[in-house]
Amino acid sequence: MSKPMRFTLKIWRQKNAQEPGHFETYEIDGISPDASFLEMLDVLNEKLIKEGKDPVAFDHDCREGICGSCGMFINGRAHGPLPNITTCRLYMRHFRDGETIVIEPFRAKPFPVIKDLVVDRSALDRIIQTGGYISVNAGSAPDANAIPIPKPVADRAFDYATCIGCGACVAACKNASAMLFTAAKVSHLALLPQGQPERRERVKKMVAQMDAEGFGHCSNTGACAVECPAKIPLTAIAQLQRDFIWANLTPDPYVR
Amino acid sequence: MEAKTVSPPVGWLHTTVGRKVVMALTGLFLITFLVVHLAGNLLLLRDDGGAAFNAYAEFMSTNPFIRVLEILLFAGFVVHIYQGLYFIFRERRGRPKGYARNDASANTNIFSRTMRISALVILIFLIVHLRHFFVEHRFLGSPLTMYESCKLAFENPWYSGFYVVSMVLLAFHLAHGFYSSFQTLGLIVNRRIERVIQWAGAAFAFLVPLGFAIIPLYFLLQTF
Repeated sequence: MSKPMRFTLKIWRQKNAQEPGHFETYEIDGISPDASFLEMLDVLNEKLIKEGKDPVAFDHDCREGICGSCGMFINGRAHGPLPNITTCRLYMRHFRDGETIVIEPFRAKPFPVIKDLVVDRSALDRIIQTGGYISVNAGSAPDANAIPIPKPVADRAFDYATCIGCGACVAACKNASAMLFTAAKVSHLALLPQGQPERRERVKKMVAQMDAEGFGHCSNTGACAVECPAKIPLTAIAQLQRDFIWANLTPDPYVR
Repeated sequence: MEAKTVSPPVGWLHTTVGRKVVMALTGLFLITFLVVHLAGNLLLLRDDGGAAFNAYAEFMSTNPFIRVLEILLFAGFVVHIYQGLYFIFRERRGRPKGYARNDASANTNIFSRTMRISALVILIFLIVHLRHFFVEHRFLGSPLTMYESCKLAFENPWYSGFYVVSMVLLAFHLAHGFYSSFQTLGLIVNRRIERVIQWAGAAFAFLVPLGFAIIPLYFLLQTF
């Protein structure tokens, strides 16, 4: 068993969306290097509860890097110091013994703080609602492979479909832009035949919703792709740009 | 009439994505201008007492086609700067409360992080540059030839120093801007093209400002 570690934690505490928050400092000792970041926070919360204090609220669910719940800004980066991971897959051995760790909620105007490190990310859901769907005729189930899709196309579409909606792209972006998130869905459906009927309208609606929610603009710094746990590539953004320009510059062929 | 398209209420060029496209198109337009400007400037290096350069300057200030392009060029600068200013304010809108600790160098390069600083230096350079050459000759009827004007300016170490520093910042601006405009126009379709554009952007951002910076240094070094 490796030597237990000690940390100083500076954690953002905020009662609710209305009240202003502040940093509070906690000392924590006896943490296993193999503990995940969330397990370390669990240990802290047990300690706080025993002392009769309010535990730190943070989002978590699957704890295996799939759900994207565990959004927090750790030492100046979304999901901590490693690229392309979620917080639950960040381990305490990635920090130095005795290090001060600053933990903040994801900050963006469309992500209001609910409590402490928990933010409301439903703005992302509303972007999906405006265009992240396809038309399917009701009736009996269609035959498998009735629509042939070449393997490379399916693979590429799947790369974009793996977005877990964690919001790290927004958190990492200096403008708090939701471009990578939106582009992942636009690109996923743009590549597949099932996505074609709504393709022109989808990109326009999703961009409009992105702006309406108050997300910032994209300036192609690429910070989003470095932090994205699903490794959505920046080519998604190029695809959105292409589709958006095309949908706005060419006449709509679906109009009679 | 049935509802056909739900376009953004203010028109697509007013969306964040549309504004980005305007930024990229004006940026690429200004990039092509840089190439033309550099080609002309390199005539200053010819050892003919400025004959070729003066002829070129004369052509650029009298040819009606160039005069029309000149107006377009000014418009390009104005729109590019306006859009940039809009983005600076928009940026604050997306994140009114910033992070206490932000390790931006971990996931972005220095060129994209310093776009506003490089833009500001280039703008100051542009004003000084236009005042010194364009306004002086076009509106104030300078008695000097364009070649003499350049020689006089570049032999001043302060002016040459300012010029070279501005070119370094121009290189920074281009190092992100070149790649960024291709990405914004949706032209970076796959990783291979991404690498090609990044290499081309790096080469362009290095060579073009270098080409500009050589000229004042050439004149300055001759004074020693």
